[in-house]
Amino acid sequence: MMHRETIPRVVTKLLFPFILLFALYVQFHGELGAGGGFQAGVIAAAAVILYGIIFGLSAAHRIAPPWLVEMLVPLGVLIYAGVGVVGLLLGGNYLDYFVLDPDPVHGQERGIFWVEIGVLVTVSSTMIAIYYAFAGRGR
Amino acid sequence: MLLVVTALAIARVRNLFAVVALGGIYSFLMALALLVLDAVDVSMTEASVGAGISTVLLLGALYLTRVDEAMPLRFSVAPLIVALVAGAALLYGSWDLPPFGDPAGPIHHHVAPRYLNQVMAETGVPNVVTAVLASYRGFDTLGETTVIFTGGIGVLLLLKGRRRRRGSGGAAP
Repeated sequence: MMHRETIPRVVTKLLFPFILLFALYVQFHGELGAGGGFQAGVIAAAAVILYGIIFGLSAAHRIAPPWLVEMLVPLGVLIYAGVGVVGLLLGGNYLDYFVLDPDPVHGQERGIFWVEIGVLVTVSSTMIAIYYAFAGRGR
Repeated sequence: MLLVVTALAIARVRNLFAVVALGGIYSFLMALALLVLDAVDVSMTEASVGAGISTVLLLGALYLTRVDEAMPLRFSVAPLIVALVAGAALLYGSWDLPPFGDPAGPIHHHVAPRYLNQVMAETGVPNVVTAVLASYRGFDTLGETTVIFTGGIGVLLLLKGRRRRRGSGGAAP
């Protein structure tokens, strides 16, 4: 879209890694501060969408290919549901995190970690996929 | 107060571009209100989803359509009545709620004390919101993730299916 403006391009290139870093911070610091998988997913998606707005859709397709994004949408749900199945296999109830580790508290942390990863994957890829679908229609 | 002004402006302005911008402002004001209420996680979600992603998606939709809102063909009174009745019902319902911040309110005596007191011992996660979302209410969050997934593929099917049909028909838009 904006192919000639220099300032937005440079600022986007500067900001892009920091936005992704902030998304990772929100993701993995969610246990201590505000945030979690949902917010981190949206922030990560915002980074890709910003890139797509400034550098054009094809550039965004290069860093996040549509087939990959569409595959990640169900993958996140499967990760989340898979945590529950692992709990079942280890002898607990569905989504029971206590059995994931010999130490129940560590099991909780591990379960929450993977569940949040699942949420992050689904949320961010869904947002990016919807943006691709919208932006791709204009041509 | 600012929320009311913004909402009125959204209803009055005919230029959809301005409406989208005002919608972003509304979301940020809402995020501020939630921040004042100490709901940092919700506030963050509102700011990023409401003001960020929705604004971008609405702008993307505007890019595909016209910028000015079409005038209604005739003035209809039914939507106004529905809105008034729904608002009155919500107000009526809010009369029975306990006063804001009342420590004797029912929600503070069901499972909340256990969450707040036991969260460190049971999960070792200092942020209670995360612990409740991912652990105590894990099934709810699994459902929410599935809802996002379902909504996402629904939108994708609608947007992409249309384009493919048009492409196979060979008719230029």
